[in-house]
Amino acid sequence: MAFADFLEVSPYILGKEQKQRMLLNRFQELTEIHRKNCEEYSKILTAWNILDSFSSIYEVPFLPVRLFKELELKSIKDEEIFKTMTSSGTTGQAVSKIYLDRATSVNQQKALVKIVSAFTGKGRLPMLIIDSPSVVKDRAMFSARGAGILGFSILASDRKYALDENMQLDLDRVKEFLEKHKGKRFLLFGFTFMIWQYFYKELRKIPKCIDLSGGILIHGGGWKKLTNEAVEPQEFKGCLKEVCGLEDIHDYYGMVEQTGAIYMQCECGHLHASIFSDVIVRNMKDFSTCSVGEPGVIQVLSTIPESYPGHSILTEDEGILLGEDDCPCGRKGKYFKVLGRIKNAEVRGCSDTYE
Amino acid sequence: MNNKEKYINAFVETFGVSAEEVEKLEYSQIEEWDSVGHMSLVAALEDVFGIMMDADDIIDFSSYEKGLEILEEKYQIKM
Repeated sequence: MAFADFLEVSPYILGKEQKQRMLLNRFQELTEIHRKNCEEYSKILTAWNILDSFSSIYEVPFLPVRLFKELELKSIKDEEIFKTMTSSGTTGQAVSKIYLDRATSVNQQKALVKIVSAFTGKGRLPMLIIDSPSVVKDRAMFSARGAGILGFSILASDRKYALDENMQLDLDRVKEFLEKHKGKRFLLFGFTFMIWQYFYKELRKIPKCIDLSGGILIHGGGWKKLTNEAVEPQEFKGCLKEVCGLEDIHDYYGMVEQTGAIYMQCECGHLHASIFSDVIVRNMKDFSTCSVGEPGVIQVLSTIPESYPGHSILTEDEGILLGEDDCPCGRKGKYFKVLGRIKNAEVRGCSDTYE
Repeated sequence: MNNKEKYINAFVETFGVSAEEVEKLEYSQIEEWDSVGHMSLVAALEDVFGIMMDADDIIDFSSYEKGLEILEEKYQIKM
């Protein structure tokens, strides 16, 4: 089953059985592609005694995410590398290296557009980026933060940055943006801890100086170095609403190892797997599958990766599966909650390179 | 300027290349046409032709040739 088939399906419409059938077919195919084209991957599967065919997606082997830091895993020839993505490279931390060919890169962007459009509507909207333009200035060396901003930029018609080069809120520029797009819907995009630190905390000093009630905020990346300041999602939303009227707020869960297949938070506050991906929560001791409500380590599966063997990855995040196909928001598929990093996992995040 | 000239000019202005170089250009072939440059090119084309491109068309816009095809077929801009 080709990836293009997944682009034909609305991202949150298929029920369990149909979705599992499509996914099983695709993951079977991806596992074969990578076994054939990535020597390290093939060796791992042989060592693990993994068979060639699966009867459910729960049997698809998963690589621990840190393997992408330790090994150069790719299923393409060097001359086919179109782009290499890296996770944040704060000093002393190992960096994931993800090798993309043109096809996988295009599919990442198409999946992202389909997923986000299911929440924001078709058509590009003006976008206010809650970050500094300096983050995309050094074009040869993007941080994961810069890459995230660029990925979402495809969904934007007009783009403005809310922070200046020194990470100060540029209220005049924000007001100018709002004036220009008065009465229209618009997007806001940023990283959770940045929004809190450099946007919310500034706006709190002059509450209601701007009205963002027509905006849709998409944010991700978690709290990183601000873990001790982290607030619950409901409080985050409540605080932003209070200072600037922003109500339509969606967190997302995603990682550089599976770019494109992000998990968007619905109106009920649940993260949703789209047609492009799935999650499995596993028991931390024996990796058996956890049932609904039982915390465990999150495995993520993405239908996108063809150029590197990252279609099934065991993250270092702890989460809880909340249900499948029955979220009150009406979207089909699994929905879940992320609790945070597993204790003792190497500290790492996708947008924590701002010191 | 006719449409073809406007199209070529958007590349020239955005990437600082000569009109002669434009026809063979492909995405990421020159330093200037990276993901940042790509969004600038799209903005320039949208401006000059008064259109709003679909996100999927921006993603598929992988070369000078492909761009021509997209603008002609999807946005009815005769080149």
